[in-house]
Amino acid sequence: MKRYLPAKWVVACLLMIFIWVTGCAKHNMSVLDPQGPVGKVQLNLLYLSTGIMTFVVIVVAVIYIYVVVRYRERPGDEEKDPPEQVAGSKKLEILWTSVPILLLIVLAIPTISTTFTLNKKPDPDHSIRINVIGYQYWWGFEYPDYKVTTSNEVHIPTGKKVEFILKAHDVIHSFWVPSLGGKEDLTPGRTTRLVLQADKPGIYEGKCTELCGASHALMRFRVVAHQPEDFEDWIASQVTPDSTPKNKQAEQGRRLFAQNCIGCHAIRGAGYKVLGRTAPELTAFSERTRIAGVLDNNRANLKSWLKNPQGIKPGNRMPAFDHLTDQQVEAMVEYLETLK
Amino acid sequence: MATLIVIIVFALFLGAILTGGYNREYLERMQKSWIWQWITTVDHKRIGILYLLAGGFFFGVAGLEALLIRIQLMFPDNQLLTGDFYNQVLTMHGTTMIFLVALPLLFGLMNVIVPLQIGARDVAFPFLNSLGFWLYFAGGLLLNLSWLFGGAPDSGWTNYATLALNDYSPGPGINYYVLGLQIAGIGTLISGINFLVTIVNMRAPGMSYLRMPLFTWTTFVASILILFAFPPLTAGLFMMMFDRLFDTKFFAISGGGNVTIWQHIFWIFGHPEVYIIMVPAFGIFSDVISTFSKKRLFGYNSMVFATVLIGFLGFMVWVHHMFTVGLGPIANTIFAIATMAIAVPTGIKIFNWLFTMWGGRIRFTTSMLFAAGFIVTFVMGGVTGVMLAVVPANLQVHDTYFVVAHFHYVLIGGTIQGFFAGLYFWWPKMFGTLLNERLGKAHFWLFYLGHHLTFFPQHFLGLFGMPRRIFTYMKGYELEMSNLLSSIGAILMTAGVLALLYNIMLTLRKGEPAGSDPWDGRSLEWAISSPPPVYNFAQIPRVRGLDPWWLEKYEGDGTLKAAEPLGPIHMPSPNHLPFLMAMSFFISGLGFVFHSWQVGFLGLIGVAIILFVRSFEEDHGYHIQPDEWNGVES
Repeated sequence: MKRYLPAKWVVACLLMIFIWVTGCAKHNMSVLDPQGPVGKVQLNLLYLSTGIMTFVVIVVAVIYIYVVVRYRERPGDEEKDPPEQVAGSKKLEILWTSVPILLLIVLAIPTISTTFTLNKKPDPDHSIRINVIGYQYWWGFEYPDYKVTTSNEVHIPTGKKVEFILKAHDVIHSFWVPSLGGKEDLTPGRTTRLVLQADKPGIYEGKCTELCGASHALMRFRVVAHQPEDFEDWIASQVTPDSTPKNKQAEQGRRLFAQNCIGCHAIRGAGYKVLGRTAPELTAFSERTRIAGVLDNNRANLKSWLKNPQGIKPGNRMPAFDHLTDQQVEAMVEYLETLK
Repeated sequence: MATLIVIIVFALFLGAILTGGYNREYLERMQKSWIWQWITTVDHKRIGILYLLAGGFFFGVAGLEALLIRIQLMFPDNQLLTGDFYNQVLTMHGTTMIFLVALPLLFGLMNVIVPLQIGARDVAFPFLNSLGFWLYFAGGLLLNLSWLFGGAPDSGWTNYATLALNDYSPGPGINYYVLGLQIAGIGTLISGINFLVTIVNMRAPGMSYLRMPLFTWTTFVASILILFAFPPLTAGLFMMMFDRLFDTKFFAISGGGNVTIWQHIFWIFGHPEVYIIMVPAFGIFSDVISTFSKKRLFGYNSMVFATVLIGFLGFMVWVHHMFTVGLGPIANTIFAIATMAIAVPTGIKIFNWLFTMWGGRIRFTTSMLFAAGFIVTFVMGGVTGVMLAVVPANLQVHDTYFVVAHFHYVLIGGTIQGFFAGLYFWWPKMFGTLLNERLGKAHFWLFYLGHHLTFFPQHFLGLFGMPRRIFTYMKGYELEMSNLLSSIGAILMTAGVLALLYNIMLTLRKGEPAGSDPWDGRSLEWAISSPPPVYNFAQIPRVRGLDPWWLEKYEGDGTLKAAEPLGPIHMPSPNHLPFLMAMSFFISGLGFVFHSWQVGFLGLIGVAIILFVRSFEEDHGYHIQPDEWNGVES
């Protein structure tokens, strides 16, 4: 029995390494698999520092292993005189003071230059701006150049610098898209900026990384990158959203929505006079990939969300709509899931 | 819960009636009981043990919280602790470990050992020493009481505004945080000043600064850091308290307050704070490594210099916790360079430890195992520290599990392992018995391997996009394996700590007698009996060089030279006022937590009365005559 244990361990270790190395290629959530220039520069610095530090670790490890093996007390040593009481060595002290300083200078120079480059304001003609507003526990996005708003999913064109202008509505949040690049805090009373760029179309996972309350873990969002022409199409569809009910059931859903939801949620182009601003905008809801940033967007999930939002995302502001009958919920779902 | 209090009060009345009421006899009997003696003690060795007991208790509490966190994160979409309750657990884990475990455990060792190492009979201010402990304990108790009454604080140990303000944390939780830490903080400040004065004034003749053992040196540096770092915390906590209790607007945007200023204040305190709990551990390792290598510390002067430099630079780097706040590239790079600079003195220390072992004769006792293991762990934690100083890389890994891995590597690898090394090293001095080595080694290996299994995978969790302080993660993002391994590691660490507990119970019941110098020690504490008599040294010793006890053993006649003739020894008398004062602070704090101004001010009036009584108390201590000595060796 015991003989097989090491083999199992080897397999387990290999498996682990495999999982670690392959990372999250298909999911776009890994720092180690950057999909844009910012993330790549940052990863390179991470590798540079890892390299320098690996050198340090190896030097220490070699001395350490030698010392621990060579100078351990062996049976019979106790009778011998104690070892020579060495006071120190000026030369060695100078050596291990100056070499680390040199190594750190090697690391400091690219650190400084990259920090300044990443902070540069992008050329307004070759970039787009998106306002990001952090709420407990959802994200609002505004495209000031196009007069378009959306929430929890932000669409960007590829190959173009995107300047996110970050503001917080209530508490401090932090905007992080691991596969595109580093994060920046959203602080109440301050405006901060973050420039990112995606090279390839795809969906990139985003997170809130500053503890912001009960559902901090669930304050997720997605960045959807399109080819520039697809992005123009998306913007166009958002400027004139199709928010009219397609059938009778959806029409009932539209009315129920007016009675229950528009105080907080907005749907543009649906004929509501009120555009709620305290909860995620739901224009073109059927095209979202997620509900509330956490559930896959399908009818069953939407129903359970409407019935029990607190159970799914504790501490959020949405009350449960359990006073609606199943038929009414069905109608509302029908309406929401046909918004384009 | 209110019922509970009523029952306790009635039980006290009942106890009083049954034992004959509060008459003189009752008081006398109480004063003779062991519990009264421990409450009123001003003996630095006993206060040290009290610190160890209280710190150990909170270590258990915070450890259980850590275990709960790891069980919740063991599997994706787990539903054991969710939402706000998880935030409470993680907040209390961090706060308790930093404020109520790390520092007090080190204070425990400092209290017992530093006066012995410098050849003193007690600390400079025995009364304050006792007051410092009881205030810390009262603050810790108040903070942990939040679990029972009203809910624990839930904004992280950093307690960032605006989440910590009334609008977003309406319960009493953050009030507990603010008031508990304020009270415990006064205690810490008092203890820091006490150590400072003790080391400056109470060194035996001949014990110059550059002959002090490294543990004394690091205690000295940590005390200076306490002196300068805790006042900002006090100020910050006061502002937070006023925002929450009296509706001021220091941190509220609506009233023109500034959110970022809390972060600055907190980290101006917070970064030195982590060095306050790191640096004494460096001292423990220096003493342990040189003792068990049978060599004097390599490069003593540069070790001292490096310690002081680390302490100094510790005040220059707080913004590296705030690179993502958006303070601009100039601020960020300046603080990045300062942070990298700390790697240099730290490297000096690592190499000097290695070369202390070089050419020595290393005996791997449990204590030495912890010290040797520390070098590996700490180098790994140190290099990730330098990586975190690289601003652009930091933007990616800040507030992720990479950071969690980093600071657990340095804090567990440094402080906690340092404490364990010190505990096995000085236990014989404190209690006169040796901890079981076999159990000790089981403790070391379980804890050490468990630690690496828990925290090594977390580096990768961070790089794979897992933020810290989240209560759940989704399936299918490659986070499952590392989280599972991490949780298994936490269970191993728990097993290690249980081995230590068993070891302590076993040793207390039937321990192997240690003798006065079981490890062939180098500094003065090994020259006196174990446990030392209440007055420590019958005659204050005269110190003739670095490592004085080693010097006397190997170059002298094996006895310490006395610096004074035999005579009556002046000792401080026990005092119950520190305990009462801490209780008054506790009552006051509890009142303010619940916005009960009457109770709050009642407690403060109690504090004032005790201050008054103490000011006019004539307490000249007592003398021990030479014929009353027992167990003197020097």
